[in-house]
Amino acid sequence: MIDIQISDKPLDISSCIDWVMSPDCGGIDVFIGTVRNATKGKEVIRLEFETYRQMALNEMQKIAEQALEKWPVQKILIHHRTGVLQVGEVPVVIAVAAAHRAAAFDACRYTIDTLKETVPIWKREVFEDGEVWVAAHP
Amino acid sequence: MKVNVLAFGIAKEIVGGSTVEVELTSDATVGELRAELEEQYPRLAQLASFMIAVNNEYAVADNALQQRDEIAIIPPVSGG
Repeated sequence: MIDIQISDKPLDISSCIDWVMSPDCGGIDVFIGTVRNATKGKEVIRLEFETYRQMALNEMQKIAEQALEKWPVQKILIHHRTGVLQVGEVPVVIAVAAAHRAAAFDACRYTIDTLKETVPIWKREVFEDGEVWVAAHP
Repeated sequence: MKVNVLAFGIAKEIVGGSTVEVELTSDATVGELRAELEEQYPRLAQLASFMIAVNNEYAVADNALQQRDEIAIIPPVSGG
């Protein structure tokens, strides 16, 4: 089972975990992305996320389907925030439930790593003295 | 044909809006669109990379374009 969402409201981590919990699963692996207070020693004020919504949902769905094919996992949830996030807020939650832990760890790592490569979501870091689109330039 | 191209992230700043109209030949490909965009907006070529999406899928250079396609410039993604 797969649950994919993009939301402009705060992500509810415990309800994400509740969704993947299942009697036939012996392990849940959760990745929580949080807004860090600095990049390369420079203080970050906030992050602004923009999405190409329908394509982002499609790409997240593909990643979850690939993970379900590659590993014996039962449930995968990917929730991503959009809009303005302050330091400490949560842009992304990935939760994976499997019968055994190795598959849950591997599928969770694959999901966040691939999301960062393929899903059309962009973040802009806002500093005291300027702003930068992350990863835009070499 | 004229196509409307969606722009996101830094591409939106480079083209000066969330959509840009581009004039192409009627049998144009994704590669020709890229070349036209890079000519009109040289700052696109300075990005780490950029992709073109057609109807919500990543496209490759020899994919053909049609006027009613939903086309988008995808600069380097940075979600998560």
